Amino acid sequence: MKKYIFIFVGLCVTIALSCRKLQPAAPADNEVLDGMVDGLSADQKMSFLRGDRAFNNEIFTRETGLGPLFVAASCGACHAGDGKGHPFTTLTRFGQTDSTGNKFMALGAPQLQDRALPGHQPEQVPAGATFSKFLPPANTGMGFLEAVPDATLMAMADPDDADGDGISGVVNWVELKEYVQPVEGSILRGGKCTGRFGKKAGAHDLFQQTAGAYNQDMGITSVYEPRDVYTGQNIAPEVSEQTILDVVFYLRTLKAPLQRNAADADVMRGKELFLNAGCGKCHTPELTTGNSPIAPLAKVKIYPYTDMLLHDMGPGLDDGYTEGTATTAEWRTPALWGLGLSKNSQGGKYFLLHDGRAHSIADAILLHGGEATKSRNNFEALTETDKALMLVFLESL
Amino acid sequence: MRKILILTLCSLAMNAGAQIDPTLLKRKQQDTTGMLMNMDAVYNRPFLSVAKMPVSLGGYLEANWQHLGTDGVTEGHQFQMRRTTLFIASGLEHRLKFLSEIEFEDGTKEINIEFAALDMEIHPLLNLRGGIVMNPIGAFNQNHDGPRWEFIDRPTSATQMLPATWSNVGFGMYGKQYKKDWAFAWEAYLTNGFDDRIINNADGRTLLPASKLNPNRFEESFNGVPMVTAKTAVRNRRIGEVGLSYMGGVYNKFQEDGFTIDQKRYVHVYAIDANTTIPRTQTALTAEWAFVRVDVPATYSQQYGSAQQGGFIDIVQPVYKRPLFGFDKSVVNIACRLEYLDWNKGTFAQTGGNIADEFISIVPAISWRPGSQTVFRLNYRYNMQTDLLGNPPARTAGFQAGFSSYF
Repeated sequence: MKKYIFIFVGLCVTIALSCRKLQPAAPADNEVLDGMVDGLSADQKMSFLRGDRAFNNEIFTRETGLGPLFVAASCGACHAGDGKGHPFTTLTRFGQTDSTGNKFMALGAPQLQDRALPGHQPEQVPAGATFSKFLPPANTGMGFLEAVPDATLMAMADPDDADGDGISGVVNWVELKEYVQPVEGSILRGGKCTGRFGKKAGAHDLFQQTAGAYNQDMGITSVYEPRDVYTGQNIAPEVSEQTILDVVFYLRTLKAPLQRNAADADVMRGKELFLNAGCGKCHTPELTTGNSPIAPLAKVKIYPYTDMLLHDMGPGLDDGYTEGTATTAEWRTPALWGLGLSKNSQGGKYFLLHDGRAHSIADAILLHGGEATKSRNNFEALTETDKALMLVFLESL
Repeated sequence: MRKILILTLCSLAMNAGAQIDPTLLKRKQQDTTGMLMNMDAVYNRPFLSVAKMPVSLGGYLEANWQHLGTDGVTEGHQFQMRRTTLFIASGLEHRLKFLSEIEFEDGTKEINIEFAALDMEIHPLLNLRGGIVMNPIGAFNQNHDGPRWEFIDRPTSATQMLPATWSNVGFGMYGKQYKKDWAFAWEAYLTNGFDDRIINNADGRTLLPASKLNPNRFEESFNGVPMVTAKTAVRNRRIGEVGLSYMGGVYNKFQEDGFTIDQKRYVHVYAIDANTTIPRTQTALTAEWAFVRVDVPATYSQQYGSAQQGGFIDIVQPVYKRPLFGFDKSVVNIACRLEYLDWNKGTFAQTGGNIADEFISIVPAISWRPGSQTVFRLNYRYNMQTDLLGNPPARTAGFQAGFSSYF
């Protein structure tokens, strides 16, 4: 009998001591995209967590306001693990071809709601409207990008290619929604503000991006975007003001992606090749943020590999659709930080460029045109070994 | 008035005294012929009868501790009162009997009447049943009592893909026939069915159990079309039991005030279950596999899948059948449950790639049964759940320990 009592007590003690050790460990910080920036207060952490739950866990239904026309039923459906999206939730924008505005607003523009609750029919792109498909972007580090001063963007812009390197870089000037206040230090031109979020840099800040996404992607109205995309009428808010604010705070305070193996010789050599090829002229490696009401975001160096400006990418990437003052061939330089982790949010495969047409980083480089033609040619001219090193570097981001 | 009150209290006190006198409590003999089938589970319980009262009582209780973590995040030590279930049965007349099962889950968070039906035997091959019945889909739904299982969690495929415990109001028939070592059984019911919550829910996937949230489902059918549930099973005393079952019907509201608002959309569920005991080693194997097909509108989101499949297999090996701690009929088992579930079987329209949303679980276990009606369980659970896109899975693991016992 004593033997069994000893076995029983021993088993209990072993389990008590090992219950944490036999559980899956947290992945390393640089292996995942989600996680909050360091240095938030306890109150800010709670706001982050509320936003996290609303963003990743709240799935809308008919009863909670979904649709009846929509693209996705939750924020997390488009941004799994806060990473890049998958063609499953590609957004289709249509109707605008130049800076004079969208002529198809009365027909559901700018975004196609291509799904519908049972009993309803989803939208179709109206005849005569050009369109472009936008793959949902990664969310991480966006608070830092928002905190980069307009003056920095203006300093990087070279609309007339004054330095003669074939790369211009222009700001997209966008009209502000009435609920959006220009961020501190904003530069206005003709009543318009700088755009920096979205494939065409069509949104000024994360607040506009978030309220717009609830409305256009999920058919959810708020006090900020009260127009129902189905009826075209203003209706009662379907998501609370506080939830929108929490989600905006969550997006602002998601950490910046962390590079892996930055000190590795191959990675360092790849970075050198990347810069020598001229890729860094648009994919600016380093920026410094300005003032921010969120202390950890203020006045810090970041490594996003973007200038947040519009560049003409040539006819191959010209879908005939645009936003703001961008031309149809112009695209905002996407940040490259987190690029190597994209596969982990895209189902194990790469879907790159604005519509996911590139299935590898090399494919994406080779599809660059317009202002990026010279850099693409430089990449093509590299030896296979050097190409591989550049890709190793890009995978490390 | 005072006299009436005193007399009532005295009467209650005498009854209370009678209730705690163990000599008056009789445990109903359970069938040990080896010919009982899953469909018999509802009546094959250790009921207690009091003196000559025509009512038998019973129930079971489950409580546990667990410490689980998902990818480095844990909720710490959790003590849980999973469920308390009460059974009341009575024989009203010859071949007429009634049984009800009321379950309190997670304390009083959920209180459900899981079964409340009147049975009338016309012939062993033809019995009538009406009331709140447990739809005979798979085996677990009818045979779900905690003390019968070596695992603290119920099978995911049975409770989250299939909606065990799934009961509905309706009527039906069943029957059973014995011939030597063989038993053949059948069941068929018409009941209320599912509703459109199965593809319109906050879980973001096709989920049959979401219909359990409809508070009116015991009062009215969502669409007026009966759901059909049918099962047939065969058992051999030496080999074991195999069952085939089907459940299906219209799940959406296709008419409102006489106007057609949508086409009829169907849900079909097919299940196969089996159990056996290998005579030489006394290893018990229990398995269930089910397929779900749902007519999801093509214009709705593929997030809500039109096909699901999944199941589990339990392997239980007695390793120590000797008296232990003074319990003469003590048995120690080692066991393992393997589970697989594909929540969304299909491919993305946009890429042709596989829609993932898959669940895999392995649960090694040790159990100790001091008697046949009580089990103490120690489980280690390891789950992997991929999202819709097939990204690296969320991994959950940890220990669970607890007991489940009839009373």
